[in-house]
Amino acid sequence: MKTKTHWYDWLWIASGLYLILGFVNILFAWLGLICFIVPLLISVIRGSKAYCNKYCGRGQLFSLLGEKLHLSRNKPIPAWIRSKWFRYGFLTFFMIMFFNMLYVTWLVFAGSNSLQQTVTLLWTFRLPWQWAYTDGLVTPWAAQFAFGFYSVMLTSTVLGILTMAMFKPRSWCVYCPMGTMTQLICKAKNHGEGR
Amino acid sequence: MAKRLAQVSQKECVACGCCMKACPRKAISIPRGVYAVIDPELCVGCGLCAKKCPADVISMVAREVV
Repeated sequence: MKTKTHWYDWLWIASGLYLILGFVNILFAWLGLICFIVPLLISVIRGSKAYCNKYCGRGQLFSLLGEKLHLSRNKPIPAWIRSKWFRYGFLTFFMIMFFNMLYVTWLVFAGSNSLQQTVTLLWTFRLPWQWAYTDGLVTPWAAQFAFGFYSVMLTSTVLGILTMAMFKPRSWCVYCPMGTMTQLICKAKNHGEGR
Repeated sequence: MAKRLAQVSQKECVACGCCMKACPRKAISIPRGVYAVIDPELCVGCGLCAKKCPADVISMVAREVV
């Protein structure tokens, strides 16, 4: 039985395009805020994970790579990855690194740091990225945020692709910080059900 | 009635929705964004959801004979 295709089933194109645009001009990285704000708004207002369940283009992209292109081994995920301590721990780590990125943006805004035209992969590797930056288009802090935000997005994509290949296609969903966060919001909104 | 039924470990479910998309009978919903719920009336025990679940928290269990 073939299930009906909805408009939102095509959002993987947007997610793929986003990754490509970061190579063209780093300022497109700002668009990634949509993937942060929309799921949070949906969970806070509606108390649901409709974003994960329907609209997440990244999840669709992993499904496509794993199922249609057969790039996934389709093995069960190790139990520790789905454990509460790992999921909450990863969310905490992600938040710390995110705030660190905001702090670096602030330092550039305050003028104590100069703009770093690099994308940091896996919080460690600094990749030169100056080709995607045109001097003078925006104020330096806005560009710094773009470099930092794209680092977050690229890092999580790389992790997601690795676990897509090793385990099941949407393994990223198990430890996705946004997914964990929206689930926590839903739990809080529904008086701790399913704890 | 089918012999098997999908069962979600609610404590471990990440509420991603992969099972919901996989279900050919639309028997799965995630009503409160916390865990997936399976409608035993609709579930035919095909096991597609368990196969797709990235957290591996869906098991196929034998239906209790009433």
